Amino acid sequence: MEVSTLTIDAIRKGLHERTFSAVELAGEALRFAEAENPKTNAYIHLSPERALAAAQAVDAALARGEDPGPLAGVPVAVKDVIVTRGLRTTCASKLLANYIPPYDATAVQKLEAAGGVILGKANCDEFAMGSSNENSAFGPVRNPVAPDRVPGGSSGGSAAVVAQGTAVVSLGSDTGGSIRQPASFCGVVGITPTYGRVSRYGLVAFASSLDHIGPFARNVRDAATLLGAIAGRDPLDSTSANAPVPDYTAALDGNVSGMRIGLPKEYFRDLTSESGQRIQAVVDGLRRQGCDIREISLPSTDYAVACYYIICTAEASSNLARYDGVRYTTRSESSETLSDMYRNTRGEGFGAECKRRIMLGTYVLSAGYYDAYYLKAQRVRSLIARDFSRAFTEVDAIVAPVSPFPAFRLGEKTSDPLEMYLSDIYTITGSLAGIPCMSVPCGTTSEGLPVGAQILTNHFEEARMLRVAEAVEREMAAG
Amino acid sequence: MPASIDELAPPGALAKYEPVIGLEVHVQLATATKIFCSCPTSFGAAPNSNVCPVCLGLPGALPVLSREAVELAVRAALALHCEVRPQSRFARKNYFYPDLPKGYQISQYDEPVAEHGWVEIQVNGESKRIGITRVHMEDDAGKSVHDGFRDSSRYSYVDLNRCGTPLIEIVSEPDMRSADEAYSYLTELKQVLQFVEVSTCDMEKGHLRCDANVSVRLKGAGEFGTKTEVKNVNSFRFVRLAIDHEISRQVAILESGGTIHQETRLYNVATGETVGMRSKEHAHDYRYFPEPDLVPLRISDAWMNRIRDSMAELPAEKRARFIADYGLREYDAQVLTQSRAAADFFETVARAAGDPRAAANWVIGDLSGLLNAEGKSIEESPVTAERLGELVRLIAKGELSNKLAKEVFAKMFSTGEAAAVIIEREGLKQISDTGALEAIIEQVLAANGKQVEQYRSGKTTVLGFLVGQVMKASRGQANPGAVNELLKAKLT
Repeated sequence: MEVSTLTIDAIRKGLHERTFSAVELAGEALRFAEAENPKTNAYIHLSPERALAAAQAVDAALARGEDPGPLAGVPVAVKDVIVTRGLRTTCASKLLANYIPPYDATAVQKLEAAGGVILGKANCDEFAMGSSNENSAFGPVRNPVAPDRVPGGSSGGSAAVVAQGTAVVSLGSDTGGSIRQPASFCGVVGITPTYGRVSRYGLVAFASSLDHIGPFARNVRDAATLLGAIAGRDPLDSTSANAPVPDYTAALDGNVSGMRIGLPKEYFRDLTSESGQRIQAVVDGLRRQGCDIREISLPSTDYAVACYYIICTAEASSNLARYDGVRYTTRSESSETLSDMYRNTRGEGFGAECKRRIMLGTYVLSAGYYDAYYLKAQRVRSLIARDFSRAFTEVDAIVAPVSPFPAFRLGEKTSDPLEMYLSDIYTITGSLAGIPCMSVPCGTTSEGLPVGAQILTNHFEEARMLRVAEAVEREMAAG
Repeated sequence: MPASIDELAPPGALAKYEPVIGLEVHVQLATATKIFCSCPTSFGAAPNSNVCPVCLGLPGALPVLSREAVELAVRAALALHCEVRPQSRFARKNYFYPDLPKGYQISQYDEPVAEHGWVEIQVNGESKRIGITRVHMEDDAGKSVHDGFRDSSRYSYVDLNRCGTPLIEIVSEPDMRSADEAYSYLTELKQVLQFVEVSTCDMEKGHLRCDANVSVRLKGAGEFGTKTEVKNVNSFRFVRLAIDHEISRQVAILESGGTIHQETRLYNVATGETVGMRSKEHAHDYRYFPEPDLVPLRISDAWMNRIRDSMAELPAEKRARFIADYGLREYDAQVLTQSRAAADFFETVARAAGDPRAAANWVIGDLSGLLNAEGKSIEESPVTAERLGELVRLIAKGELSNKLAKEVFAKMFSTGEAAAVIIEREGLKQISDTGALEAIIEQVLAANGKQVEQYRSGKTTVLGFLVGQVMKASRGQANPGAVNELLKAKLT
């Protein structure tokens, strides 16, 4: 068995034909992950006991003749901002270096109920803040495709394990592009579902109104299967949606003929020429498959980055207040007074990017500034959402780049936060609108760096988005 | 520097000023579970035992609003004559404190659940309306414990059981003009909230907490003076004392040419003074913003009507009904509607007795007397309302004299037994049987020949003496009315 290229379908087949057991697969996947992880640092830690217990349960179900679920035996990595009961969840922060949650995130529970086998916790930017996975207290992640380059962020580890083959699929989280951008940098599929599609219960909050859990996979079908397993209404998350969950794999019928595809003109201005060419190839392919390609406009796009960094930092400043040294956070020992304890714990514990965002967020919410920043940003957010709802009266899906450039070198942008923030420019709009969006691989640059195409649809139209993505995937396979 | 008593204003100076007072009252809702999780709200559990990931503010946990908490908040709002907003929103109030595990309180800010209400109080025999600015919902923090541990000199302990307990904050308009009015307002507020079963309002358990905003201005002045917020006034008596002290302190400062600084002051129960806690410059900036983890709260007309229909009668309505339906006097109705418990007790007695006015007299008179003597509340009465009702019924039926009834009642109060049991055991049943009475009368007449002579010769006033003798001979069990009639017949 070649674990690095397995798909969910292949695992199902292998288990049913008794080519291998779930325990054998888990053992081999753990061995491979342990051997390969030093090349990328994509896992913070592995969870062999939990993986083997889950695999045994799958084998036992199969032995009883029961269906162990759509993810039976599938090795999965979980981003370390998603809590796992009894399993250290660090958020890639010193502050939670020894934090062991007493409960499972709903997505984790569903994933395991569907037969998934959690191999370990994936590295990421601290509290999911970053675009390169260089802000981790446990060291940066290297891009498996080009080890001198970043895997993207913040879900860099989740993208890297799938690209590297040390997991078959993984869970990441996306607030402004943290699934799609690393998926595009590593050449894998990454989905940001509709806001409310997947429960956030147990996802450690960065910016609550923008945070999503979503899947990574090596192909569209596997991503669709994982999405179907974790989606649905959760009574523990008031913002989760009641909408029924369709069979996402059934939507992958290969037929995109007659579909109206919009190309937002604002998204094609600052692309590097190579990335632009790859997206153009996607568009040409879709046209060949019978899509009706149209140019559209999303006029509020220029304000998106400013709007996003006000809203997300405001929410972050509040969400990160609880890491104060009083309870589970690593407490600074060198303090005599309460305020010293707060200051020292947070001063020593948070990395630079978290501090920057906490300060920005505290500032924009301050008395006298709230209206000028936060309130105005909320209005801009409504305009961006309106741009999309107008666009979706004219087109069925939107195709756009994920990032202006492919994976950059480690350290290349760390000295310039603004430059780093601008790399999210094409992914932030979809996040602000709360619509489903994903990255699907569309070839490589001349240097061999992956490029991803972004596909966006209207709220809860994941099935349609996946159908377009599969068409792109097919086109790429055909060359 | 705390204000000393000689810094306070003389009465003459006080008379020149008019105090302006508004109250912020926090009330714990009487729900079984917390506002954003299903942990119990029970009081007195072992520290940090009524907790879960949500109320502990663990990473990743999310709040889910309790329907019961919303319904009680709406009930309170309706009882306070507020307008309930069709849509309200929760907001985060951000501040650092060890017993606030999320680093923010989930409260309501610019869109509270209800606003624009009023409460009516009595001032010098006239009624006055105190405006309610708003009612909003929020979660309570935990409790910091600074004493009682071996290492209390170095550490504080935190108990998070109370964390997430549902509260409403009721903010009044600055409509009160004296500490007495503030006291009346609180009394009325507590009574209303208890009546509609929104809260037990038990101040000892912290179910009702009060902060007072106090300012003074020269009488006739149009604008309000600078206000201070007096915190930590946790009994009705202290509210009055703290406000009076603060008024006097402010007047003394103004009279000596000083200015009032906007600040938060703490009432010190031991000294009876208010002490500066933090100035406006050091006031918290709570950085409110809409709570992104909760969706807006929408309250439809249908839901609001269901809540309204499920509500108990308000004190004023009950008062009016007691007068109209039971023929009670205004004063009695007033006394019996002081609390929901008293009103319910009375109605049960009245129903069992079949004589509401007598029932009212017994509850207000004998029962209250004995309860007060033993420092018991009406809920703790050893005589149940049903049993008191039976006793009153026996009197109405003529089976027990008032005098005997009092004796029986005292025994009921000490033993908790039913009247019938005591009467049976002690042989206290009233004697109305003519044959039995005649036998006693014959004896009394035979023994008091002189008085019989006097009566027959026209001195009819001795009848009272003879009735008394019959009562005595019957150990008080003779029916006095019947004795009267029989005696008269025998003597003529």
